[in-house]
Amino acid sequence: MNALEIHGVWKYYGDFPALRNIALDVTPGSTVALLGRNGAGKTTLLRIIAGLSRPSQGGVRIHGSDVRKDVTRRRIGVLGHGISLYDELSATENLTLYARLYGLDEPGKTANEWLERTGLERVRDGLVREFSRGMRQRLAVARAFLHDPDVLLFDEPFTALDDRAIAVLQGLLADAHQRGRTIVMSTHQLKEALILATHVALIRRGEIAYSGVRTQEMVDDTGWLYRNYEEN
Amino acid sequence: MPASEQRAEHSAQQSTAAFRAEPAAGITLTQFTQLIWTIAAKDLRSELRTKEAINASVAFSIVILVLFSFAFDPSSEQLQEFSGGLLWLVFSFAGALVLNRSFARETQNDCLDGLLASPAPASALFLGKSLANFVLLIVVEFVSLPVFALFYNLHWSGQFWPLVLVMLLGTWALTMIGTVFSALTVNLRLRELMLPTLVYPLMIPALMSAMTLTTDFLSGIPLGPDNMIWVRLLVAFDFIFTAVSIAVIDSVLVG
Repeated sequence: MNALEIHGVWKYYGDFPALRNIALDVTPGSTVALLGRNGAGKTTLLRIIAGLSRPSQGGVRIHGSDVRKDVTRRRIGVLGHGISLYDELSATENLTLYARLYGLDEPGKTANEWLERTGLERVRDGLVREFSRGMRQRLAVARAFLHDPDVLLFDEPFTALDDRAIAVLQGLLADAHQRGRTIVMSTHQLKEALILATHVALIRRGEIAYSGVRTQEMVDDTGWLYRNYEEN
Repeated sequence: MPASEQRAEHSAQQSTAAFRAEPAAGITLTQFTQLIWTIAAKDLRSELRTKEAINASVAFSIVILVLFSFAFDPSSEQLQEFSGGLLWLVFSFAGALVLNRSFARETQNDCLDGLLASPAPASALFLGKSLANFVLLIVVEFVSLPVFALFYNLHWSGQFWPLVLVMLLGTWALTMIGTVFSALTVNLRLRELMLPTLVYPLMIPALMSAMTLTTDFLSGIPLGPDNMIWVRLLVAFDFIFTAVSIAVIDSVLVG
């Protein structure tokens, strides 16, 4: 069974088709770099995969189940453009909240473990509104990994991260990959993404222009894919 | 074998290892209740720290009650006839300030996406937020009530418990409709205007009931066969709009 199956997905905003007949199968354990220029449809596709938006046509299944089922969402970790954390709550309170929403057995303990893993244990009781941007991003990464999801969906995960946060995220992604988790991430940071990726999907104007195994040629020459499959 | 193919093969080998037991489907009533409380506690804690909605709502309510008291003669008998209407208009307008903040709070940092991506059912999220709104509205109303009695020379203590019953039922109606439309208008630029525009017309049956019953109780008329029909209407309204809101909330939140 595929970790992710996208079949004939279209998404219209008014009359404008943001996604056109997207079809993609992702095997468990793959790390897929979702590439494309600004406005290509990467975020729209990730939101549909995450169940945050409904496709106009077509469907998405994660491990064979509809993404809007509660049981399916328990297996997904999402990190979007926003950090999805409450400024008025402390780091511990935010993570404990999400641990409870995901039905984890020991929310407080899990929150503390992740605060330590992301280097935020000293500010565990500090309000998020007082955090630096890098600290907020690390906390958001902890939130996405908190429930040990099978499928990780990241939208521009390296954007606006400081060096420490990038190191934390790369370490966690590598660890998740080693443990057989499926990762789909959209990014403009080609070098970082292609080093981690096992597969690549290039979206052009709402359509899949290329999908396949990531080759060493792509890593060595990050512009190769765009030159060969992206229109000028 | 090229490194990329080795990685791809490695991924394929991991496929079996990656497949973990599927989590148990569905949640128990206890878990559902805990989720509702988790969301309500989060909203109440946030509100207690910022006091954005509650301060604005209480201040607005008291200012309007004081200003109206200058317009009407507190000793007139006519005042009792429209006291219920006046009180519920103030509750409704002050309530809009609380309800507007309900889902607007979730737009900061895209928190709504975090909630919707979680396995918590949309109905639990909705009921949790409704519970928090209900508590905040009740606080506003119980702060406003003594001010109302003081400035309008009304004696509500004789029918206190029936009045509390009407306040609970009427506030639940306002909360249900207000929370669902707060979710619907959360991404609109003119949501502060749109929310009252959508909510008040739908609230007419509930407001009529609450106003009539409140006027009766403030006039010393007890709960009896004559005004029981309004209680029944209020209860039916609450049940219907709670059920409808729960049924549609997933479609409202996931566009």
